[in-house]
Amino acid sequence: MFSFTFAPPPAVPEAETLRAEVRAFLAAELADRPAIKRAESWSGFDAAFSRKVGQRGWIGMTFPREYGGHGRSALERYVVLEEMLAAGAPVVGHWIADRQSGPSILRYGTEAQKAFFLPRIARGECFFCIGMSEPDSGSDLASVRTRAVPADGGYVVNGTKLWTSQAHESHYMILFCRTGGSPDDRQGGTSQFLVDLTLPGITIRPIHALTGEHHFNEVIFQDVLLPESALLGTLGQGWQQVTGELAYERSGPERFLSSFTLLVELVHALGPAPSERAAIALGRLGAHLVTLRRLSRSVAGMLQAGENPALQAALVKDLGALVEQEIPDIARSLIATDPPTPEIERFLAVLNYTTLHAPSFSLRGGTREILRGIIARGLGLR
Amino acid sequence: MNDASDTLLLETAERLFRDTVSPPVLAAAERGEFPHAAWAALAQAGLHRALVPEGAGGFGVPVIEALGLLRVAGRHALPLPLAETMLAGWLLSGAGLAVPDGPLSVAASPTLTLRRQGDRWNLHGAAPAVAWGRDAASLAVLADVDGQAFVALLPSGAWTAAPGQNIAREPRDAIGIDTLLPAGAVAASGIGPVQLWAAGAAMRCLMIAGALERITAMTVQYAQDRVQFGRPIGRFQAVQHNLAILASQTAAAIAAGDIAAEAVADGIRLPAIAAAKARAGEAAGVGAGIAHQVHGALGFSYEHSLHFLTKRLWAWRDEYGGEAAWSLLLGQHLAAAGADRLWAEITAI
Ligand SMILES: Cc1cc2nc3c(=O)[nH]c(=O)nc-3n(C[C@H](O)[C@H](O)[C@H](O)COP(=O)(O)OP(=O)(O)OC[C@H]3O[C@@H](n4cnc5c(N)ncnc54)[C@H](O)[C@@H]3O)c2cc1C
Repeated sequence: MFSFTFAPPPAVPEAETLRAEVRAFLAAELADRPAIKRAESWSGFDAAFSRKVGQRGWIGMTFPREYGGHGRSALERYVVLEEMLAAGAPVVGHWIADRQSGPSILRYGTEAQKAFFLPRIARGECFFCIGMSEPDSGSDLASVRTRAVPADGGYVVNGTKLWTSQAHESHYMILFCRTGGSPDDRQGGTSQFLVDLTLPGITIRPIHALTGEHHFNEVIFQDVLLPESALLGTLGQGWQQVTGELAYERSGPERFLSSFTLLVELVHALGPAPSERAAIALGRLGAHLVTLRRLSRSVAGMLQAGENPALQAALVKDLGALVEQEIPDIARSLIATDPPTPEIERFLAVLNYTTLHAPSFSLRGGTREILRGIIARGLGLR
Repeated sequence: MNDASDTLLLETAERLFRDTVSPPVLAAAERGEFPHAAWAALAQAGLHRALVPEGAGGFGVPVIEALGLLRVAGRHALPLPLAETMLAGWLLSGAGLAVPDGPLSVAASPTLTLRRQGDRWNLHGAAPAVAWGRDAASLAVLADVDGQAFVALLPSGAWTAAPGQNIAREPRDAIGIDTLLPAGAVAASGIGPVQLWAAGAAMRCLMIAGALERITAMTVQYAQDRVQFGRPIGRFQAVQHNLAILASQTAAAIAAGDIAAEAVADGIRLPAIAAAKARAGEAAGVGAGIAHQVHGALGFSYEHSLHFLTKRLWAWRDEYGGEAAWSLLLGQHLAAAGADRLWAEITAI
């Protein structure tokens, strides 16, 4: 029989002091940030902001001090993340490096890689993107075709990565690609590389989202020579490494706070004494967020304890995306937008922004169907 | 299904309920037979006094652990007033009154009036849907005296109970009271009616979490056993995804139960209990629906025991306030705090 372990998140009294510090920092830094920019949530980019966050010691918080980290707990880091998201801070520059690339380097990297990358990441100066998806490999990640072939002095890479968020603003990519393996062993024979995006042979082309915005890209590798030292971890162990990375990717507060700015604007538009119908709808969303936050913090605690909560992470992401996607639908049903006062205009702008982005919430980081498959496997059904 | 955090007390409860609560016992309870043997075993283990402080005759079990018993009870559809006995004990000990033995229940209603009459008290009025009103050995009644809450302890025979039941056929009786009580049976309450209601709601959250855990286990098992089209139905992706939803609702209810228990331990934090009951209630409905869908017609039969759990989920989500009532409270709280404090309020829960 399966068991559900969602251990209560450990108490971290020191995190509350930290929370106050982060709130004060954000109140000052973001005082002039308009709601429509806050709504970008963790896709907002601002390199200068990322550096300031690094200076405060809030990137790479859990990395060891010897690598420029701060030796803090996963739950302290969690406090910083959720405060940043709730405030609508432009975090995407350092987000991926802090969340998964850095921890992967810490776990699998050589001494030289750790010494080179981690301090830069922690200073908020070294941004990473994720090179997993390809034109013909989305959910079926193991089918990737981009290939690195051993050559004099390293590896030569050919292939195309797609939907690579922030590649155009990033310094490095963790590339997941084929290095061997037979067709019947799809997962074997894959590896990960730390790719300097300025290398010759790499072309980054914008892909515009349905909003017209440029967040993601196509990244083409044409006879790109990677040095020996670019290999991350063990040759042929790419699949194990990449699936470990996904537990970090799936359980954080960004999995239920993507629409939070809209909720703030909704409360604003409703005023202090909303109708009973509106209060019920708002309270229900509040109940969902409170519960998700508890589950998500519980997963952070499990990660900290060295467990592998892949099932729990999938549960959090699946539940989180549902709520993130419900928020715009519920918000629009509660506010009469006529007459369009300035307040209502502001609400509408954030509503429209969130409505347009909502479809991606159950795609990026593993689709709803893939997550449910993972949960079903966790239940012993597959 | 034991959680890593399950302690000896909870393991004892798990074993005890497994041994004493069977489908025939549940069916008999639906016919109105009080399961005396199960109660005797529970009382012998002292589970009913888990929430009573050490000074008042309890064992000093931490509040969160004591409430955890109700999640275990939920897993077994325990047909006994464990929550009510715990609630009554909490209310009585909070007022400095002795906690009697036997199954207890609680009544609180604005129509109950408590008045001094010489050196005694007259308690008069009615209360609807009192759980196990007909079976309780004593009743703890919360009543208002000039704007202050008082607790009265009623011995058996001091009230009448007109049998009623909830959707799960658990006894929910209309009681009538017109009695004179000695001075020592009445005391000022440390707990007001709203707090009592919230504590009851918190208890239902834990019971819902337990019942959902159990139906998830049962439903996953059934999907592995039942074969159609030459394979277990759990091999079909549509069924797998429904089970994934059931599991995630169960996870949410477990989290809600934990939030509720902590909120009681901290002295009844209302917004937290509101969030927990609203969320657990929603999970109950979604989860019960999926469990039935996967069980097919068999789960719709009386003979299969799924309904003992799903009917309780439908009952418990409404008792002590349904999703609408608690969402309203939380929503009004958040709106009054305002947009700029929304996040601070959420993290404070
Ligand atoms: C905003 C955004 C940012 C992204 N950023 C990055 C990034 O930085 N780096 C990166 O590598 N990728 C990124 N992605 C890509 C993302 O990882 C993929 O979109 C995702 O893995 C799904 O792949 P796909 O889009 O090719 O859809 P497909 O895999 O083709 O799926 C299409 C549909 O079929 C369903 N489906 C597929 N297989 C199954 C199955 N076995 N059972 C049931 N249903 C199935 C899917 O659930 C989905 O509904 C991003 C995507 C978005 C939307």
